[in-house]
Amino acid sequence: MVRGYEVVIGLETHAELNTDSKIYCDCKNQFGLEVNSQVCPICMGMPGTLPTLNEKVVDYAIKMGHALNCHINRVCKQDRKNYFYPDLPKAYQISQAEVPLCQNGYVDILVDGEERRIGITRIHIEEDAGKLLHSDKFHGCSLVDLNRCGVPLIEIVSEPDMRSSAEAKAYLETLKSILQYLDICDCKMEQGSIRCDVNVSVHKPGEPFGTRSEMKNVNSFSAAVRGIDFEINRQIDILENGGTIEQETRRWDDAKGESVSMRSKEDSQDYRYFPEPDLLTIVVEQERVDKLKEDIPELPNAKLLRYVKEFGLAQKDAAFIAESVELATLFDSCMAKGRFPAKSYTTWILGDFIKYLNDNSKTVSDTKLNADNLTELVELIENKTISNAGGKKIFAVILEQEKSVKELVDELGLAQVSDASALEAIADKVLAENEKSIHDYKNGKTNALGYLVGQCMKASRGKANPGMMKEIVLNKLNNM
Amino acid sequence: MELYRKSAYELSQMMKNGEVSSVEITKSVFDRIKAVEPKIDAYVTLDEENALKAAQEIDNKRSAGEELPELAGIPIGIKDNISTKGLRTTCSSKMLENYVPPFNATVMNKVYENGMVVTGKLNMDEFAMGSSTENSYFKPTRNPNDTDRIPGGSSGGSAAAVAACEAIVSLGSDTGGSIRQPASYCGVVGLKPTYGSVSRFGLVAFASSLDQIGPLGRTVRDVAMLQSVINGHDRMDATSAYRTYSDLSAGLESGVSGLKIGLPKEYFGKGIDDEVKSGILNAVKALEAKGAVVKEISLPSTDYALSSYYIISSAEASSNLARYDGVRYGFRAEDYDGLIDMYEKTRSEGFGDEVKRRIMLGTFVLSSGFYDAYYKKAKLLQRRISAEFSQAFSDVDVIATPTVPTTAFRIGENTDDPLKMYATDICTVTVNIAGLPAISVPCGKDSKNLPIGLQLIGEKFTEQKLLNTAYTYEQLVGGFSMPEI
Repeated sequence: MVRGYEVVIGLETHAELNTDSKIYCDCKNQFGLEVNSQVCPICMGMPGTLPTLNEKVVDYAIKMGHALNCHINRVCKQDRKNYFYPDLPKAYQISQAEVPLCQNGYVDILVDGEERRIGITRIHIEEDAGKLLHSDKFHGCSLVDLNRCGVPLIEIVSEPDMRSSAEAKAYLETLKSILQYLDICDCKMEQGSIRCDVNVSVHKPGEPFGTRSEMKNVNSFSAAVRGIDFEINRQIDILENGGTIEQETRRWDDAKGESVSMRSKEDSQDYRYFPEPDLLTIVVEQERVDKLKEDIPELPNAKLLRYVKEFGLAQKDAAFIAESVELATLFDSCMAKGRFPAKSYTTWILGDFIKYLNDNSKTVSDTKLNADNLTELVELIENKTISNAGGKKIFAVILEQEKSVKELVDELGLAQVSDASALEAIADKVLAENEKSIHDYKNGKTNALGYLVGQCMKASRGKANPGMMKEIVLNKLNNM
Repeated sequence: MELYRKSAYELSQMMKNGEVSSVEITKSVFDRIKAVEPKIDAYVTLDEENALKAAQEIDNKRSAGEELPELAGIPIGIKDNISTKGLRTTCSSKMLENYVPPFNATVMNKVYENGMVVTGKLNMDEFAMGSSTENSYFKPTRNPNDTDRIPGGSSGGSAAAVAACEAIVSLGSDTGGSIRQPASYCGVVGLKPTYGSVSRFGLVAFASSLDQIGPLGRTVRDVAMLQSVINGHDRMDATSAYRTYSDLSAGLESGVSGLKIGLPKEYFGKGIDDEVKSGILNAVKALEAKGAVVKEISLPSTDYALSSYYIISSAEASSNLARYDGVRYGFRAEDYDGLIDMYEKTRSEGFGDEVKRRIMLGTFVLSSGFYDAYYKKAKLLQRRISAEFSQAFSDVDVIATPTVPTTAFRIGENTDDPLKMYATDICTVTVNIAGLPAISVPCGKDSKNLPIGLQLIGEKFTEQKLLNTAYTYEQLVGGFSMPEI
């Protein structure tokens, strides 16, 4: 509820699939290459060219369909969506109208610790358009880059099941982590590999849904939150002032933090959809559908629950690990060794490791850390061969270099002294040099113990096993 | 006899026997072009230099003892909606007046691989929309049998060039009769192959689900030979049939004994000229005398075919032609104010009336609120028409009809009456709607000395049967007769 209104949100999310080639030709599907270098007569829509479907796109979309619990339409068509724009060389986009490849699914998301189920209306495949380039340098012209033409997209349409911008954000983050898990989308927001259109309406409790507006050009999840919150308040302001909401398409301007009207319902485009005559009906064998389902890995929302239930992780920690394929893979393979409790690993993963990744803008695969060397490190700490402080020194090295943890212990001189006679010799020497402290301790100044142990540690140059050292000093004091 | 008058088959044999070179043949054809082209206007673009170069190459290969394909060294004209790399492909439109494709159509790769010599690009109705070649932006083409008359269309240049011996054979395209109708009007042979047997890759699309490239020639054998060159599966065309084809010219002499020929009564009714009707019936009688069995059949939905055809083809055209927006290639209007104005002026100035008429019609039938009443209904009719053909073919082997209700009309006669113009397609459109193969073969002339065409329709992928029947008939009556120009 916002200002006494209930909010209804539905999202249309476009995800670029990371297939090697484009959807209807053999051009490379890669971002960031020289303008108009990844094009051919087909994706440029030259007269006489014809599309042929990249079957990988169908596989990827079906995977997403499975992940979102959809029904897969094994027989479906592709349709032409007709409109004029300079970034669309054929003046139609090949998409799917009536029958999408996947429909009637759902996804479970966690919002503030509560599980919410969001309906998925449909997932269909389509081609991306090019990009217009604007600059003062172009002498009043706009130029067009067609590299993106024919990049495969899936459009994921949700039911209007979200009730706040926080839910919308959780939904988008869940979709993103699933796409990453399936490895079908790069999920780089800054490159536009996920984009969404937001539908928002508000109504008083108990009343039917209000008229919705559609907002385009939402290019990040945080922009989605800002856009939705702006739109909710804009609509409530209108209603509170006795106005009515018009069905319209709006454009989100994130820099200004406001949405502006693009076109009203009357101006809405008639896309004149009709079946694409250049392509055959898509027919997918049941066997292929089943096989693709088998290939689906455990998804992040399932992992999250498992981490909480099986390993006793805090939900926040579990979510943090589960949402990243790489962190979860690392964590899962550590746990698969079955040797140490989750806590021994999460201390490192969520502590020093994340800090390192963030400070250096790196991803897990940029580092040399793996389940083997991390487990070795944990083992040496657990069996008290090295101290925590020593562990940190080794950790810093194994992030960047492929070095044996055990060799590093020697190389860095980090082995703890746990030999009782050696420790006793140190204690004797320190006690002999600190008679005043012994006197203080005997007079009830317990602080003196810490000081004496500290001196012992210093004398050992930090290598003494601190637990044992303390015990030895204490014993000697009590026996004096 | 001059070389240009000979058939591709005869010339091929002569080259094999060392009696003549491809350069001599090519020169003869270009001499002929120079002599009659001013009266016929079949070509949009001539390419003599490259043609002679290609002919010389073939001759060199032959004298080096290389084994060459049957049609190597034969001059061929190409309809100007088939993409030719480096050779402008205008679709006879202002819109593409200076458009030079950066790639070859699949059929062109096959034509070149077979060593054929491309003479140039042939005139047509703009974007293949029309039945008379009067809709060309450049010029109307004239019928070699009577230069005051139209050659038919849209492949009017392809038919006229072959009839006037300005090419030995040619390629056309057929969306609703555009090969067969001009072949009939000009007195040559034209084959509309089964949908999916010839790759459409590189054919500038008019109506994707109906378009098909096909051969034209002066003899049935030439057409069979050329069809064998251009057919075949192509992975660049998703609608291309995945199958193999045998050599169509090999079995032409198998005769018609026992062949069941169906005469659909709907194709002989109102609107069919009496002389055309008797021409067809005489032809069928001649085949009957050679052992064919003739049977009257019925294709009851034929009356709806024309409306169904114009809805489907215009709908697809409205989408296929949307890409000509002045942004990337082709014509762009000079003075415009902003993007929308550029689109409007470019398309208003770049397209001719007929093209604009069909784009508007197609846009209308796909519009929300009208889609179900027009496009969807037309697609239902398409299914019904196909089913009626299937039913008929359970009874007969081939169906014989007139190709066109009348012989060629005068230039300008129908230009102000689009509906009358559309009605000339009445006998041919059903074939495209059902995706079937059909051939038009000359069957005599009317009292005005204008050629009549016999259309033979077959089941999908029965080109061999159609060619055999046409060949048998051609042997009986003599086929092509050279017009005086």
